[in-house]
Amino acid sequence: MKVTEKDVLYVADLANLELTEQERQRMLKDLNSILEHIDMLGQLDTKDVPPMAEVVTLAAKPVQAGESGTPFEYTMRADEVKPGLTHESAMMNAPDTDGTYFKVPKVIDKGGEVSE
Amino acid sequence: MNIDPLTIDFVRDLILRKETTATALTEEFYKKIESEDSKIHAFLTLSKDRAFAKATEIDGMADRGEELPPMAGVPVGIKDVFMTRGIQTTAGSRILEDFVAPYDSTAVARLESAGAIVVGKLNCDEFAMGSSNENSGYGPVHNPRDLSRVPGGSSGGSAAAVAANMAVATLGSDTGGSIRQPAAFCGVVGLMPTYGRVSRYGLIAFASSLDHVGPLTKSVKDAATVLKVIAGRDPKDSTSADMPVPNYLDEIGRPVRGMKIGVPDEYFPAELDGEVRAAVQKSIDDLREAGCEIKRISLPHTKYAIPTYYIVATAEASSNLARYDGVRYGLRAKDAKTLSEMYRKTRDRGFGAEVKRRIMLGTYALSAGYYDAYYLQAQKVRTLLARDFQNAFAEVDAIITPTTPTAAFKLGEKADDPVSMYLADIFTVTADLVGIPGLAVPCGTTKSGLPIGVQVLGKHFDEGTILRVGHVIEHEQAKQAGAESRKS
Repeated sequence: MKVTEKDVLYVADLANLELTEQERQRMLKDLNSILEHIDMLGQLDTKDVPPMAEVVTLAAKPVQAGESGTPFEYTMRADEVKPGLTHESAMMNAPDTDGTYFKVPKVIDKGGEVSE
Repeated sequence: MNIDPLTIDFVRDLILRKETTATALTEEFYKKIESEDSKIHAFLTLSKDRAFAKATEIDGMADRGEELPPMAGVPVGIKDVFMTRGIQTTAGSRILEDFVAPYDSTAVARLESAGAIVVGKLNCDEFAMGSSNENSGYGPVHNPRDLSRVPGGSSGGSAAAVAANMAVATLGSDTGGSIRQPAAFCGVVGLMPTYGRVSRYGLIAFASSLDHVGPLTKSVKDAATVLKVIAGRDPKDSTSADMPVPNYLDEIGRPVRGMKIGVPDEYFPAELDGEVRAAVQKSIDDLREAGCEIKRISLPHTKYAIPTYYIVATAEASSNLARYDGVRYGLRAKDAKTLSEMYRKTRDRGFGAEVKRRIMLGTYALSAGYYDAYYLQAQKVRTLLARDFQNAFAEVDAIITPTTPTAAFKLGEKADDPVSMYLADIFTVTADLVGIPGLAVPCGTTKSGLPIGVQVLGKHFDEGTILRVGHVIEHEQAKQAGAESRKS
């Protein structure tokens, strides 16, 4: 077993999940069985292999001699103000709002006493 | 009117010749959906107001004798992972149950600009994570060819809607096989274009370096038409490629004589289902007959594709799905006292089991101490997989494989075994990892009548070649089916 119960709790915490006791047990079993399958990646010697950084680098327009920049230079654009989503549209799905801002429950817990 | 045989150009012609109107056709399709979909459950939301408004617009154009756009009056369904302005967009998840999209995804906007009529939103695995549609937060889709079987996933609703003639074409997304695998299971055509060929703007993100947008259709020609409409640079997606969009329809019917077709040993393992093997072999023989040179090739790292995929995809998903926290949209747990508690309760309640599993796996793979062993190693193996294809494409123009190792399985059959479910994508994931285009084309049926699909893989941005090859396969199928029915 690679993943322990402690790992499940730790990772759930990182991922902002709590999981019920039943879910944790199932997760322990599933993660271990998936990782067992994934472990075959370790068999490959990748010492001199670069990690993939761009999916279509090979097919991207090559930079011509005399040109500067990267193959994806066209992805850069001028920083100009353009119309975007309106405030109203951006807020239309808000679970709780005062009309201007999103509202959330209290954020800071000061020694047991919750303050806003 | 029998709407079942309608294809895209057929619909446009009918409207052009005033044999029907877009409005009448839209009504027919809603009737079909109402009579069929209670068994299949492909649709999550019907967008009647939007559909009829668009139909009226098309009918106005026809009345005034204006030139009709390429998809005029064509009823299309949209996988529910695409934003559709003013319409509920759930991604198959309970966490977005009441979410109404504030804007349109580029692919949907382009379909509508080309005259298509959006009839509704289609069921899918939650956040496109699954191979059977059983992970939908709204209940599974049933395969129209056999209701006891899965339609495949994650674009199961998209494949089922086309197979049951409830839409002429649909939009799907493919991250590990999610267009091609359900297309094969339901007996329709599914095209995953090159990474960057179609804008991902407004596609709810699962794994951003793997997500592809593409069509599911009744014919290869229709797939070419839709691709032409949705492809091309979009300033709103910086990964969309600034490459010219050819007229893919020109490829339909072009000869394949002299073309070199690769058949990779690794995609025909000893344990491959016999009926799938025979059907795919038949398509290979047809291509040889049509003048192609068939070459055995090797893609040596194939067996590493699934483990690589489940690291890269889950790592990206764990990051992309961090946004569902109950603050700006979607579900919010109401009974939490602090912000942190609200995040956790919201996510615990809103996400289904598979989504949680993938978030956990991805978070684990990216966590301190494991990053090098998992994520970095997977991205290196991804380079090795890309080199496999680079070497192969130095020798061949296209590659033929089965789309799936078996025909559609039964609902519930793999639900308790994530690894065996993941292996349903064994022949499709590699194309996602290396960004090459793939086309699934029906190539026969099992003795019990379940569809089998062949997959054609091509070079980056060479959708034209795979459409040309796919059309020949389809044409041979139709010819032989015609001969069979004349005999009997």
